[in-house]
Amino acid sequence: MLAFTIRRLFEALVVMLTVALLAFVLFRYVGDPVSQMVGQDTSLEDRTRLRLELGLDDPVYIQFARFVGNAVRFDFGISYQVKQPVTRLIAERMPATIELALAAALFAVALGIPMGVYTGIHRDSWLSKLFLTVSLIGISLPTFLIGILLIYIFAVWLNVLPSFGRGDTIPIGFWRTGLLTASGLKALVLPAITLGLFQMTLVTRLVRSEMLEVLRTDYIKFARARGLPERAINFGHALRNTLVPVITVIGLQLGSIIAFAIITETVFQWPGMGLMFIQAVQHADIPVMAAYLLLVAFLFVLINFIVDLIYVRIDPRIRILRRGA
Amino acid sequence: MPDSVLSVRDLRVGFATRHGTLVAVDGVSFDIAPGEVLGVVGESGAGKSLTGAAVIGLIEAPGRITSGEVWLAGRRIDTLGAEAMRKVRGRRIGMVFQDPLTSLNPLYRIGDQIVETIRAHANVSEDTARERAIALLQEAGIQGARARIDSYPHEFSGGMRQRVVLALALCAEPDLLIADEPTTALDVSIQAQIIALLKRLCRERGTAVMLITHDMGVIAETADRVAVMYAGRIVEIGPVREVLRNPRHPYTKGLMGAIPTIAARTGRLVQIPGAMPRLAAIPTGCAFHPRCSQAFDRCYSERPERMPAGAAEAACWLFAEPTRVHA
Ligand SMILES: Nc1ncnc2c1ncn2[C@@H]1O[C@H](COP(=O)(O)OP(=O)(O)OP(=O)(O)O)[C@@H](O)[C@H]1O
Ligand code: SF4
Ligand SMILES: [Mg+2]
Repeated sequence: MLAFTIRRLFEALVVMLTVALLAFVLFRYVGDPVSQMVGQDTSLEDRTRLRLELGLDDPVYIQFARFVGNAVRFDFGISYQVKQPVTRLIAERMPATIELALAAALFAVALGIPMGVYTGIHRDSWLSKLFLTVSLIGISLPTFLIGILLIYIFAVWLNVLPSFGRGDTIPIGFWRTGLLTASGLKALVLPAITLGLFQMTLVTRLVRSEMLEVLRTDYIKFARARGLPERAINFGHALRNTLVPVITVIGLQLGSIIAFAIITETVFQWPGMGLMFIQAVQHADIPVMAAYLLLVAFLFVLINFIVDLIYVRIDPRIRILRRGA
Repeated sequence: MPDSVLSVRDLRVGFATRHGTLVAVDGVSFDIAPGEVLGVVGESGAGKSLTGAAVIGLIEAPGRITSGEVWLAGRRIDTLGAEAMRKVRGRRIGMVFQDPLTSLNPLYRIGDQIVETIRAHANVSEDTARERAIALLQEAGIQGARARIDSYPHEFSGGMRQRVVLALALCAEPDLLIADEPTTALDVSIQAQIIALLKRLCRERGTAVMLITHDMGVIAETADRVAVMYAGRIVEIGPVREVLRNPRHPYTKGLMGAIPTIAARTGRLVQIPGAMPRLAAIPTGCAFHPRCSQAFDRCYSERPERMPAGAAEAACWLFAEPTRVHA
């Protein structure tokens, strides 16, 4: 288990360094950092001095090492556009994105798993067919269209939910949460559904196909032959055996949810990192873009790592394999 | 037979297809007395597994029992509702499937699976059920059962897992055990041990057994009576010595002729020239006639029912008494 954890950590490190290299190249070579920082009328001497101060004349590997060293200390430099430390910008924006992503994931799982189980068990019922048809819509409509449709129905037409923004937030330390106010919760509903619909569809279909597979296995037949109640068979024996692939996918999807939040945040003007990234792209704000890239990669890697640890808790066979490895 | 544990009457199992119903089990009748071991043999596709599945009520769609009756200790069970039938399964009829290696849920400790089964059928505490499980595992030949009860299936060898499966199938003390090729998937070297264990556990409990197998050696050693199936029907049924030593039906003769000595344990049913017909193309008259060297006119048009043949019964016109022949 320890060897496994260490190997995984090492792999994660390699991934992070690769992404850091990309971010560094972006930062260092797309446009000239100095001319981004100074005004049109700065003298050549001033520019050279700044260049020296920033260490931009050092060998590339030293610059890269410095970049990584700074990143590890969460120092991503100053935003070209708003002239504030990037770290502060991110700290302001991250809670909004994380809360949105978790709400979307919760929505996807809380609806997707029961629907998947139901459609797996009652293959031919009309309700299953309805679920699958609806889920087809979830897969085929683009996110922004779903967002706009939801805004049209619930904000414009029924006028029950807000169409943009995050509502009121309350600070808990550096974290501003929208989960503790009524307006914050209301504001969360439409973006979370928009962002989570695709994942919900994915979870439904995945759980369904896994259930169909597992229900055909010998141990389910044997469980029936032992006279176990249907509920124990479906939820105890069958569902649990579908969980390893389901958790993998949900975990990986959580990463994509955060990445795809860009679109949803734009549609709903949700003040998260995705919106920040879009604004950074519009203004060629390289430090912010580089930091966002690193952060999303880090979240991906972190989630992957956690998913791996959860696996081991669910499936005892993996424990043995890993012990041997 | 009123004192039978199991009584199957004229059982038919069919599959509804686009081209009509395929009949896979066709008018099967047999009885099993308390504590008796009935061997069921026949080539692949003869309908052995389906007959077992029909008895325990686990035929999967699109298959279904199209007619006939199944009686368990004097109570008709093929008409029971889902919940009533669930209570029969495990508690009154146990079942062991073809592949013991995949019969256990890989994610649950074996003890939990046994305890769960015991408690699904008896109102006992977790601790009581656990003690019973340990005792049962011990009886099933798991050394150090108390220590191993919390192991996962993959921590056991194939033979050991089969012992666990047997313990599971018997843990609610059924009156009848259906064992569908319980050793086919196992190493030859441990097959005999498992059969011996099955025999011992069932004899001690007075559990009757329906033992489906391809292994004539196993039948000879284990069964009291044997039923030979061909194309969905029982073609011969009788006391095991009688049928093995003195087979009457030409198909049974073919099967026996194919085995040099039982002791040699070659076991597998060897080919009789030709192949068993597909369900969609079962010949008229006696289904065996295209492969039968003794076939005569009547075999082509009329289907033989079972009739006395020595101490056994055979479904073959060779045993028709002259008086029973209608013009
Ligand atoms: N789902 C199904 N659809 C159509 N036909 C089926 C289905 N399941 C079984 N059959 C047919 O029913 C017949 C009897 O099958 P069964 O499994 O009872 O044979 P068996 O005697 O147990 O054979 P084996 O020795 O190979 O286990 C076979 O011809 C098989 O093809
Ligand atoms: S009935 Fe005829 S064809 Fe069938 S086994 Fe007997 S002799 Fe052969
Ligand atoms: Mg079979």
